[in-house]
Amino acid sequence: MSFFIETLAWLLDPANWIGAGGIPTRLAQHLLFTLVTLIVAAVIAVPIGFVIGHTGRGRGLAVAISGAFRAIPTLGLLTLVALWVGIGLSAPFVALIVLAIPPILAGAYTGFEAIDRKIIDAARAVGMSEAQILLKVELPLGLPLLIGGLRSATLQVVATATLAAYIANFGLGRYLFEGLRIRDYGEMLGGSVLVILLAIVLEGVFALIQKLVVPRGVTEGLPTDIRDGSSRSRPVMETTIEKGNSNVHST
Amino acid sequence: MTWIWSNMDLIWDRTLDHLVLSVPSIILSFVIALPFGWLAHRYRASRAVILTTVGLLYAIPSLPLFIVLPFIVGTSIRSPLNLIIALTLYGVALMVRVVADGLGSVDRDVQQSATGVGFSGWTVFWQVELPLAGPVLLAGLRVVAVSTVSLATVGAVIGAQSLGSLFTDGIQRGIQEEIIAGIVATVLLALVLDAALVLFGRLLMPWTRRSAIGVAARNSAVVAGVTT
Repeated sequence: MSFFIETLAWLLDPANWIGAGGIPTRLAQHLLFTLVTLIVAAVIAVPIGFVIGHTGRGRGLAVAISGAFRAIPTLGLLTLVALWVGIGLSAPFVALIVLAIPPILAGAYTGFEAIDRKIIDAARAVGMSEAQILLKVELPLGLPLLIGGLRSATLQVVATATLAAYIANFGLGRYLFEGLRIRDYGEMLGGSVLVILLAIVLEGVFALIQKLVVPRGVTEGLPTDIRDGSSRSRPVMETTIEKGNSNVHST
Repeated sequence: MTWIWSNMDLIWDRTLDHLVLSVPSIILSFVIALPFGWLAHRYRASRAVILTTVGLLYAIPSLPLFIVLPFIVGTSIRSPLNLIIALTLYGVALMVRVVADGLGSVDRDVQQSATGVGFSGWTVFWQVELPLAGPVLLAGLRVVAVSTVSLATVGAVIGAQSLGSLFTDGIQRGIQEEIIAGIVATVLLALVLDAALVLFGRLLMPWTRRSAIGVAARNSAVVAGVTT
């Protein structure tokens, strides 16, 4: 119980809420860093993901790369880049952009893949240009999964930015390492609680955005959660069961 | 390269430490996720509660969890047990959803036929639903294995020994080869465990050898992404 009181005391201590090492400053650093990393990663990953999703080319490569990146330990990447470019902010920045790209890329192209091909065929049949199909059909329909990808990337970046305090003096992670070093339980636990709260709040915000971006009129046939992945084959499997259905074709 | 050859013993020892952390976590995740996944699949009310809980659990960054957990369960921060519990929690968080989805993917007609020919609920689960959900479960477990191996390295910054120790030691002493060796060893270990699971799956589910179900399931699982 004493740990609990120490944590609370640290969190409520006014001295921890002011100055360059204060909670508001560190929280702002953490958030700003996360935001900038995500924007840069999205600027790189979203267009590539849209091209893969729209044309269907390069999908195998994208899946292989996302899979390979999963196996690469973030701490290893972080320390290796730090050794190359030196201790400071640029190492975590580079490492985190690299880590944030695969989930955003996956979100972008799976969002397009999850769309029923008939809808795209219909859009083409009514005379939409490829650009119109991309912007007016695929983009809005694929948006929930893209946001899902951004959600995964955000969690990844917030978590790894905490870890980045190991090599750079910034963000909420600093409290964890400082607390561990000087064995200040209040500080390490208080810092941990702040990071956990931040991650959960961001997760909640993204869950909300993901619900809000579903286009009006689309309630069925769209995966509402990124973790469900592509449901493209399901409708086809269902139609084959119906007897005498002449419209069955394989995609 | 010279550093690597002269420190093969060290790399091997850290690999063993890493195995001690990751293998029990992977097995425990599967065992614990099974009943929770079944509950999430079976009842609408428990589904929302369980899936929201594991979603939030999965959102917790690893380093703070490694630090907070000892004060909740009473282990020491540096002990392997602390890391195993934390890694198991992440594995469960990922796997519960996979189990629920996997059981949900079993054709209802098949399930009802089994009930129709006289299977009890218990036998329907073990002899019909579980084997049919097998490929999806295997795909999920492969993701769990790879991410667990990767996550276990984070423990090094709080002093729990693993292949991650090569990163912390490498940066402190400025040895680039040590960090690269650590990354390569971690990725190799992940690949070896992944291959072991695939082999295990082929032995247990000989009917899936030439099917694409596993591939499709894995692709959908890839999207889930993994947090540190």
